[in-house]
Amino acid sequence: MLAPEKLWWKPLGRMEKTWLTVAFVWCVFLTVMMPLWYFYGKQNVPTETYRVTREQFAAKVNEFVTQYQVGDENGIPVVAPPPGSDVYLRASTWQWYPILQLEKGQTYRLHISSMDLQHGFSLQPVNINLQVIPGYDYVATIVPTSAGEFTIVCNEFCNLGHHTMVGKVIVK
Amino acid sequence: MTALAPTTPWKAGAKDDYRVCGVTTLKVDMHTERLIIANAVMAVVTLLLGGIAALLIALTRWQAIHLLDATWFYRLLTLHGIDMLVAWIVFFEMAGLHFGSTVLLNARHAAPKLAWLGFIMMTVGGLMVNGVVLFDPQSTVMFTAYVPLKAHPLFYLSYILFAVGALITVITFFINIAVAKREKRFEGSLPLVVFGLMTAAILAVYTLLEGAAAVVPAFLWSLDLLQNYDPGIYRNFFWGFGHPAQQVNLAAMVAIWYALAQMTTGIRPINEKFSRLAFILYLFFINLGSAHHLLVDPGLSFAWKAVNTSYAMYLAVLGSMMHAFSIPAAIEVAQRAKGHNKGLFGWLRNAPWGEPGFGGLFMSMIIFGWIGGVTGVTIGTEQINMLAHNTLRLPGHFHATVVGGTTTAFMAFTYYVIPLIFRKELKLKSWAKWQPYVFGGGTILVSLGMITSGLQGVARRNWDITFAGVVPGTVDLTLAIFGIGALIAVTGGIMYITIVLASILTGPRMEAGQLLLVGGTENPLLDSTKLTHEQMEHPKNQPRGTLVIVFAFLVWFAVYYLSNWWLLGRTWFIR
Repeated sequence: MLAPEKLWWKPLGRMEKTWLTVAFVWCVFLTVMMPLWYFYGKQNVPTETYRVTREQFAAKVNEFVTQYQVGDENGIPVVAPPPGSDVYLRASTWQWYPILQLEKGQTYRLHISSMDLQHGFSLQPVNINLQVIPGYDYVATIVPTSAGEFTIVCNEFCNLGHHTMVGKVIVK
Repeated sequence: MTALAPTTPWKAGAKDDYRVCGVTTLKVDMHTERLIIANAVMAVVTLLLGGIAALLIALTRWQAIHLLDATWFYRLLTLHGIDMLVAWIVFFEMAGLHFGSTVLLNARHAAPKLAWLGFIMMTVGGLMVNGVVLFDPQSTVMFTAYVPLKAHPLFYLSYILFAVGALITVITFFINIAVAKREKRFEGSLPLVVFGLMTAAILAVYTLLEGAAAVVPAFLWSLDLLQNYDPGIYRNFFWGFGHPAQQVNLAAMVAIWYALAQMTTGIRPINEKFSRLAFILYLFFINLGSAHHLLVDPGLSFAWKAVNTSYAMYLAVLGSMMHAFSIPAAIEVAQRAKGHNKGLFGWLRNAPWGEPGFGGLFMSMIIFGWIGGVTGVTIGTEQINMLAHNTLRLPGHFHATVVGGTTTAFMAFTYYVIPLIFRKELKLKSWAKWQPYVFGGGTILVSLGMITSGLQGVARRNWDITFAGVVPGTVDLTLAIFGIGALIAVTGGIMYITIVLASILTGPRMEAGQLLLVGGTENPLLDSTKLTHEQMEHPKNQPRGTLVIVFAFLVWFAVYYLSNWWLLGRTWFIR
């Protein structure tokens, strides 16, 4: 709290130097981990994005549902796209549309966008979380590595019915 | 040796209105005193509002109790975020800036009218936003108010008023320092605490300007004067305000850490250069961290995210790790010089644990570093963020930094502001002794409950998670830990507010007679000036214990960080 002496620019002590070096090496390690995982890791944040209007995206979702629908659950279509194809998921207050039926070990290009507010794509219990923003077609290339029924929770606040916005993914 | 008493006479003929503090021998400008009191009172008022909301929303998320309905839950969550993250902390920081730019520099307040204007704008903005959120159903939009969620125009106007008021106050900080320098009120460099506050103030200017860039267009958009507002752009600007605002807290909190350490254990910084470089690292790199909130957003490249989220090369993290060494090391050296020299940790065993300033400092540093810092760096890692984004791990992280860290430190500092600035005797001293441990302990449980729930995928800002596909049994347990922690932390908060109100509302005004509140009649602040170079550099007094502590910290950091990569590797492939 008090004024320092006139000359305070002094060499560091031995312990300060030791800690500074170790801490710096740790920081370099933290930095290197991200590009390493980017090139060698199997789980990376998708970056592929396109500008899209609500109408364009809604049309693509409808086309996708008509083409690959295999069933119906409480009025929401269940859609089973072929491996390798483009898959469309629409977020709107307060619904994920449609229900996706995928195959374990196959690759899909999952397009996500919102019709109204910002939403949060949270796949549980796999625990993959992505931000969904209107006007942006966010493309995630995914490979389901486990089978079963998965829940899509909305984890971005989207008005009072937010907690009721729950969707489903089935992996066979 | 540092001279504490003023070395330069006050300018002849200057209309200074001041008193000399008998305990610290510092001069206190009366404008400063009134400004500090006003800002501190508003800080406590907004803390009370945010605290009531905290209790109610915690009792709702604790699934076994689930108190509020969805409407009130989301409404009070909005209120809680604004009052705590912005109002309470910024009011307190403004009090700190007035203090640092005048009292610690032996200087006068050069722009009191401007400072009052800033205070009034902040007060109007702060109270108005509470009113809007409580009475306008449309304005339940959370602290973040993500476009295209549209609140009432007055909501955005309150933000703008508050931010401009804060900006004006920050400007008076710079004016005060410039005038003090010109009038030669202090010699040489700024004291380290003021240097830290200066770092906070510079970051605040940048932060508030970005806040304006985000909220002014939102205000126009809410009035239909602006047709389209891209939500991605809003997020970018908003977090240029929202995250750096927490970095302002960080810099201010570290400055307060140095102050508390000096006031309770009589430290001198072991190396001014080391500590100041750490602040400089904050200044240059910490604002890149606004990218933390955009890591799983569409439209941004890997390179942009990786460079920004890592503060270029974790250089701001390096700054924090430097302070994490330098403050306990200074305490260790000062304690050893006093003769507490037994073993590695004799200095720590003999620390003034009953003194609220030390208890608060200790809890704040532990919670901020070991929980807040470690989890923050981990979830701020580009790929790992996919596991954490918008889950309860996020609030788990920042309740450790902002509540366990900043708020605990600010609360502890308040206990010294009451006798020294309010000039009232501190009441309920035995409560004050325990308060940092109760509040800090509760916050630890809150954070751990949230982090462990978030690890299981529980979403933040969600009224009811029961039908959302998470494992019910363990989630019930972790949410109960969170709820019990919240009750304890709120108890600590009630203790704090009761102590403050009992002290300032009752009893006569009286000059403080001593610095320590319960730790005896010593004056560590003045004693610190007697600490000699020979004592500080004596081989027996070197901070060996601190070195062991920081290496233990690094091991814990590595374990937590690497186990998160392991978790990430187990999930679905995604690119």
